[in-house]
Amino acid sequence: MKFFHSIGQISLQSLAKLGRSTLFLSAIINSLGYPLLRPKLLIRQIYSVGVLSFWLVAISGLFVGMVLGLQGVYTLSTFGAESSLGIMVAASLVRELGPVVSALLFAGRAGSALTAEIGLMKTTEQLSGMEMMAIDPLKYIIAPRFLAGFISLPLLAALFSAIGIWGGYIAGVELLNVDVGAYWSQMQSAIDFYDDIVNGIIKSIIFAWIITWIALFEGYDATPTSAGISRATTKTVVNSAFAILLFDFLLTALMFGTS
Amino acid sequence: MMQYKALEISVGLFVSAAMAALFFLAMQVSNFNALQNTNSYTLTAHFDNVSGLKTKSLVSMAGVPIGRVTEISFDPENYDALVKMRIDARYNTIPSDTSASILTAGLLGEKYIGLTPGGLDEFLQEGDAIELTQSALVLEKLISQFLFQSASKD
Repeated sequence: MKFFHSIGQISLQSLAKLGRSTLFLSAIINSLGYPLLRPKLLIRQIYSVGVLSFWLVAISGLFVGMVLGLQGVYTLSTFGAESSLGIMVAASLVRELGPVVSALLFAGRAGSALTAEIGLMKTTEQLSGMEMMAIDPLKYIIAPRFLAGFISLPLLAALFSAIGIWGGYIAGVELLNVDVGAYWSQMQSAIDFYDDIVNGIIKSIIFAWIITWIALFEGYDATPTSAGISRATTKTVVNSAFAILLFDFLLTALMFGTS
Repeated sequence: MMQYKALEISVGLFVSAAMAALFFLAMQVSNFNALQNTNSYTLTAHFDNVSGLKTKSLVSMAGVPIGRVTEISFDPENYDALVKMRIDARYNTIPSDTSASILTAGLLGEKYIGLTPGGLDEFLQEGDAIELTQSALVLEKLISQFLFQSASKD
């Protein structure tokens, strides 16, 4: 009996959480117009969410690209197909690694910070204080952060891909003497702007939506204690990572599955 | 106030760096600039066999890409394949007795359409069909032909 009781409790709790988070999302979307009228709020958040993640994403992109270049040359040279290195590096970065890895890094770097910030604001009753002064925290605090994540992550993913392709160039062409012309021209002939690059950007926009939604909701919904904040921060990173990888599979099946 | 200005500058640098990355992806990595312009005309050709040819395969003349395959469909009247290709409008002086053949880049590479120019003074226009075509080389057929010939010689 106790077993069924706990199952029922868990499913009711998770249903209630799903409902709360959906209401939270619709409330955010309703107040999205406010940060557009107050660009100062938005720019400050783009700085803390996007600009501060820049070096992390740039350096990771460089090394991911270089590793792809090295491994690609080792595997492709077995078939004498080093000239296809450009296709391999660019396709894997633009379609998969760019959006996914930058989203995972973004969840760890910016998502956790968002949760901790909002959770601490809730714990120290800053959010209630704002409500007392008739300032809607959804408009003033939550919506600018949501929009900033939405803007920043696709930009970071594009940077990741571009720097990664450059890293693949360094490893493949400069270090292992793959032909320069083959690297770029094979890449250009195989990568399609709409099918590959635009789909990658759509992916990262969806990931941005998932991450910022999870991060802000976990912070807003956190138990207002120090243990509650730490639990919420962990949940943000773990749940975002799961959601990113799951949605990546679904989106890849939708976008590239038929061709 | 000064601090906020520095913050704005860093955001500006970030956004412009990302835009530069997007521009790099579009121009240097993908085929965005090549053959994307709407200034093109469509030609059709019937092939007995197009095995391995795909949409977006290159159409080339003298080894230079001048267009792409846009559609491959089965023609139920002639029981052959109907290939539609878009040719860049700059190359509008292709003689009307030009022949098209499906070739392979390298031994196992991708299939593409190679055009060999004819000698007539009339040029192919929008919607015209290339009459002279040569099908894709099917490796299995070639091997069996070779085996069959060498067996009959003995």
